[in-house]
Amino acid sequence: MDIDLARAWVQAIAAVMAGERDRLTQLDSAIGDADHGVNMQRGFAAAAAALDDDGLKTVGAVLVKVGSTLISSVGGASGPLYGSTFRAIGKALDTPQADPVLFAAALAAGLQSVQKLGAATPGDKTMIDAYAPALAAFQEEADAGAEFAAAARAAARAAEEGMRATAPMQARKGRASYLGPRSIGHQDPGATSTALVFRALADTAARR
Amino acid sequence: MKKLINSPETVLDDALAGIAAAHTSLRVDRDSRVITRAAGTRPGKVALVSGGGSGHEPLHGGFVGTGMLDAACPGEVFTSPVPDQMLAAAQRVDGGAGVVFVVKNYTGDVLNFEMAAELAQDAGIRTETVLVNDDVAVDDSTWTAGRRGTGATVLVEKIAGALAEQGAGLAAVAAVGRAVNAASRSFAVALTACTAPAAGKPGFDLPDDEIEIGVGIHGEPGRRRDTMRSAREIVAIALDAILTDQPMSAGDQAIVLVNGLGGTPLLELYVVFAEVAAALAERGVVVARNLVGNYVTSLDMAGVSLTVCKADAGMLALWDAPVNTPGLRWES
Repeated sequence: MDIDLARAWVQAIAAVMAGERDRLTQLDSAIGDADHGVNMQRGFAAAAAALDDDGLKTVGAVLVKVGSTLISSVGGASGPLYGSTFRAIGKALDTPQADPVLFAAALAAGLQSVQKLGAATPGDKTMIDAYAPALAAFQEEADAGAEFAAAARAAARAAEEGMRATAPMQARKGRASYLGPRSIGHQDPGATSTALVFRALADTAARR
Repeated sequence: MKKLINSPETVLDDALAGIAAAHTSLRVDRDSRVITRAAGTRPGKVALVSGGGSGHEPLHGGFVGTGMLDAACPGEVFTSPVPDQMLAAAQRVDGGAGVVFVVKNYTGDVLNFEMAAELAQDAGIRTETVLVNDDVAVDDSTWTAGRRGTGATVLVEKIAGALAEQGAGLAAVAAVGRAVNAASRSFAVALTACTAPAAGKPGFDLPDDEIEIGVGIHGEPGRRRDTMRSAREIVAIALDAILTDQPMSAGDQAIVLVNGLGGTPLLELYVVFAEVAAALAERGVVVARNLVGNYVTSLDMAGVSLTVCKADAGMLALWDAPVNTPGLRWES
């Protein structure tokens, strides 16, 4: 990943969040408070706009800026969770160009950060249920010497599988946890937006 | 959806313009989205800052003023504010004696206030956080995000605000806030779902003859569905849940809040209060103070939340202290 890909990725996320805003909100309406789509759209639109800054010289600088902008503009739980994740990924990429192995390590730092903040583990019906399998898939491809685009494609597929797997789970974190057994049968909105983030990465990398 | 708005995107900005125009006792910074007292904070006084998603008016901006909050940070509708807002608020109102953040226990509010507290401390401001988690409709277990913060927020802000006004130190103000929270239990029942402007339709489907028992203040569903009941039966359900969690005995004194969720007329809230007062009197519990009205709302949701605080003499004295805010006002 280079700076151009990082920027293109963020722009792609902003576009997909705008397009999927209503669907995310519907998902959140079922088990949360119906603001996830609006929040994701607002946050990534602000993040994409913040990248007009020409002073960003490394992949990390771009992604740290994204994270800080999300924290400053989203609110709710997703602002800090997505924001700290992007900041952690960015902090691990102090380079103008990152190979798949380095990017996998950065994704791992992102997972560590979001887990530290949200205290969620796989199976809690959260964004972790899409992120953790995506990271594992990316890591496996990277370790096997795959190209960035191939690793990103594997990560997107794994995230989507993880996303679908949240439907039968009972939520144990966030607002959905108050529903108890009634949260079963609804796909988690956070896992869904995470899958969109990884799909945007795969699509952007494939176009290059 | 029928709402008196200009557009879902501008609801918060437009409402802040109205708050600024309506209340000259407040200073509304629409850029940083921070509401403070127009007169500022007295030097040396501990400052109280609260905030949360909008849609709960008068919470929180309506409780900024003498004897209560120094600043409020309104987030987007049902979305917590961001750390920048809270930091701006803390910097604006710190009178040198530190800042108490009053935070309702929702994942988003907690995370953003945690970040703000770190930023404030980095900026040399001493902070304490009082977490409000009074809602007995959800279990406080490792399997949930813990109890939600609801009606007790008003009591915490009033009583801690009074102690801060009297000149107490940071630790003491935070301690009384925590004590009020620990002594308070709440339970809410919704008759209808609410409609967030951005969602455009009700947050959950609730048939005409059913009620949602144990809702939170965002319309998020609660314990269970049931058929519509009389006010007396609904009060019995709520009070049972509260007193099971916090037993009270004859002679105990209570501050009782019968709070409308936004779409329920005062007539019905008084019907509810009569039942609460009677049920508590039967147990020998003295309703020493009460509030009946819309204090912590959920947009247009019909329904009621009941908060019972087992108050000691110190809390009652602080409750009686003068308060002058748009949402709560009395002489001592």
